[in-house]
Amino acid sequence: MTGGNVVVIGNGMVGQRFVDALRARDPQGLWRVTVLAEESWPAYDRVRLSAYFDGADEEDLNLHTPHDGVELRLGEPATGVDRSRRVVTTTVGEHPYDVLVFATGSYPFVPPVPGADLSGVFVYRTLDDLAAIRRYAKDRRTGAVIGGGLLGLEAANALRLLGLTTSVVEFAPRLMPVQVDTAGGAMLRRYVEDLDVSCHLGVATTALRPGADGTVAALELADGAVVEADLVVVAAGIRPRDELARAAGLDIGPRGGVLVDAACRTTDERIYAVGECAAVDGTCYGLVAPGYAMAEVVADRLVGGAATFPGADTATKLKLLGVDVASFGDAHGATPGCLDVTWTDPAARVYAKLVLSDDASTLLGGVLVGDASAYPTLRASVGGPLPAAPLALLAGDDAVGATAGALPATAQVCSCNAVTRGDIDSAIADGCADVAALKTCTRAGTSCGSCVPMLKQLLDAAGVVQSKALCEHFDVSRQELFDIVRVRGIRTFSRLIAEHGRGRGCDICKPVVASILASLGNGHILDGEQASLQDTNDHFLANLQRDGSYSVVPRIPGGEITPEKLIVIGEVARDFNLYTKITGGQRIDLFGARVDQLPQIWRRLVDAGFESGHAYGKALRTVKSCVGSTWCRYGVQDSVGLAVALELRYRGLRAPHKIKSAVSGCARECAEARSKDFGVIATETGWNLYVGGNGGFRPRHADLFATDLSTEALVTLIDRFLMYYIRTADRLQRTAAWIEAMEGGLDHLRAVIVEDSLGLCAELDAAMARHVVSYSDEWRDVLGDADRLRRFTSFVNAPGVPDPSITFVTERGQPVPVGGHPSDAQGRQPVALGLPEVRR
Amino acid sequence: MTAATVLSWVTVCPLDRLDQDRGVAALVAGVQVAIFRTADGLYAIDNLDPVSGAYVLSRGIVGSRGEVPTVASPLHKQVYDLRTGDCLDLPGVSVARHQVRCHNGMVEVRLRQEG
Repeated sequence: MTGGNVVVIGNGMVGQRFVDALRARDPQGLWRVTVLAEESWPAYDRVRLSAYFDGADEEDLNLHTPHDGVELRLGEPATGVDRSRRVVTTTVGEHPYDVLVFATGSYPFVPPVPGADLSGVFVYRTLDDLAAIRRYAKDRRTGAVIGGGLLGLEAANALRLLGLTTSVVEFAPRLMPVQVDTAGGAMLRRYVEDLDVSCHLGVATTALRPGADGTVAALELADGAVVEADLVVVAAGIRPRDELARAAGLDIGPRGGVLVDAACRTTDERIYAVGECAAVDGTCYGLVAPGYAMAEVVADRLVGGAATFPGADTATKLKLLGVDVASFGDAHGATPGCLDVTWTDPAARVYAKLVLSDDASTLLGGVLVGDASAYPTLRASVGGPLPAAPLALLAGDDAVGATAGALPATAQVCSCNAVTRGDIDSAIADGCADVAALKTCTRAGTSCGSCVPMLKQLLDAAGVVQSKALCEHFDVSRQELFDIVRVRGIRTFSRLIAEHGRGRGCDICKPVVASILASLGNGHILDGEQASLQDTNDHFLANLQRDGSYSVVPRIPGGEITPEKLIVIGEVARDFNLYTKITGGQRIDLFGARVDQLPQIWRRLVDAGFESGHAYGKALRTVKSCVGSTWCRYGVQDSVGLAVALELRYRGLRAPHKIKSAVSGCARECAEARSKDFGVIATETGWNLYVGGNGGFRPRHADLFATDLSTEALVTLIDRFLMYYIRTADRLQRTAAWIEAMEGGLDHLRAVIVEDSLGLCAELDAAMARHVVSYSDEWRDVLGDADRLRRFTSFVNAPGVPDPSITFVTERGQPVPVGGHPSDAQGRQPVALGLPEVRR
Repeated sequence: MTAATVLSWVTVCPLDRLDQDRGVAALVAGVQVAIFRTADGLYAIDNLDPVSGAYVLSRGIVGSRGEVPTVASPLHKQVYDLRTGDCLDLPGVSVARHQVRCHNGMVEVRLRQEG
């Protein structure tokens, strides 16, 4: 078959993946696709569903990509399939098909106990379920989850976050019975109970009892115990949604699910099934990765391919209630004659088990609780020889770290994208010299990222030296240089380069050191030797433009400005013949100033109450704001007040790159806070903090970092975030790239600045306190100092002479530099820089 | 280059007006000259950045590449050899260099006729 109508029943993760995969393989659009969705939301990331309780919304979880030739019909569930006429009927009408794909997923299994239909009993499957739980949890005190598996523990955490005293009831004798063994379950239980979640294990729920108002009030357990619960979530497993397929007369697997072969084809050759509703050769898979593999298989088949389902890697690594849990291969030791090697450290709360073949030569599987750092290496080694002695593998990162190089070429390093050690090695041989290049070239590490440490090790193993040297003058990274300067108390570049570098420095290391010295509070940036380190922008406290003139940006905190100040800016611009433009950061940029004019311009501005806006520095720029609750009928907090306070707190703070921020007064987000390095969005009860956003060349939305903070708690977190960034980021690395490059990412950042895992918080707090008290306006400090002022002349031997090369013509009523290219005026040709030629 | 062909030494300023490892611009017979003071001595080249056409080289960061004393254009960071005026990043690009010396505590420049 080479095209026609495909009808897809279901728009879950796997259904969406199938559509994406088909569109990628069928660029001519031979297949027209109709997707029938029961839910009213387009496909979303069900794996991350719990993030909804951390403040993520439908949009954050959205997975749906619109394609040409694909019609998505939301809220139109299929009601029947007529195979003889080849049509699918829905609540609205009929859709003819040439090929039909079932991607109906599964439904939560609710045990048939009395009271399961009471009000206050929920399942945990869809966005609508979670929204209903959140609404119902208001004003309730206690909650219980039936089911202690992966989903049950996620639900328990959600109830905790909603403020309920939470219990978990599990029929099996341990938590997460599918993934972990008895000892691992015991370790997990200690972590869970430390969070005040009580566990009832090895006991069935016999009934749900209503209270006086008729809604659920308690669970009765088989051992006679009664567990109080105003809200109950049932997470006792899932069942494939195969009812339409059954009704259509298709074969069903022995334990349910639409029976399909290795091509994911049902007993009707025009009908396929993928994901949780499919039973491939009789087996259903409740994980997304096998579902994705099925989606790819069917897409390939529709364009004439011969792909088959490769069998599933059911390895799992996740963080549940803050605990790392991983399980892979034959985790329960089901292989006859297999051997276990276990490692338990009750003090560190780490449990690990490896399952080996009977001759101890082959790794079959394992379980990790509390520390899953060995997971990438171990998972990749399943089915092959052990890369190191078993205890060395379990005992710590270093021992394991050195062993990625011992993996065989067939070992799968990245299971998300099916990349083997051999693939990585050939990419390295073809010239990939760092992790970023490997990611681009092989796609390894681009999905869950857990294999990134192994990519580094494989580069090391291949002898690729990953230089962290700043430039030819310093062999160390910016972060190391920062620590050297800080710990040794070095205050000059000349001492630093003499003791820790070589040569005379350059335009890379000098501004870096200038920024480090400024971050550590080394006085005015133009004092003494420091002046020679500054980029021209910092040297003249203004922004160099392409004609050699500068622009001037006074600070307008939060974008709030009085009419008097606006008038002063207008007068200054008029008197000095400056071009004016409103910036994206809610301030006003004045262009076309010569260096000898800068102090005169500042004098006027400073006298009117302005100060430097640091638009020239790798420093805090603006904290943009919407008008907030003061005026806006939707605002819930005073966003302008907070933006002004934040801008004044962090003004002048030098950093590895510029820092932008914004505060929105409600969830409508008019200040675009999520495109900032740190953004704040008001909630009914406080502030949500987002970090790591930026616009620019590679736009990125900020990630939600903490929710419903008081102003004080918010400021503390931002203080630490900024100071940790200043200390540890690379040169010119924005916060987004900094977090992405951080091992452990956002979780690590949270551990460091919320839980103080490195014991650094007091130092970071003190550093910010020093910055706040020592701030001083750099413009004013120049105006009062003859020595600093003398630099502001166009010519050292003719102080009164303006630079004759700076001239303007008028465009749209304002002065602009002469000519499309300044060198045209002198009859010179532009120099080719190897860039694409622009024809004019 | 302008028509000026003054071949005599012109006094520019006292040496202590120049910061170590930083440049200044001077106007010598109508030509903009960038003068730099380093630990190894004084250097003078045209202030005109040949890549951008702006008169800005005196405002670049001074340093070294290997043994070569350098200045980087503040606009797009091309690096020039202070001794020869040759651009180290773009083959075939160079700036005019001039003679400079310190005489009785004063910095003096003599324009060089080139091309």
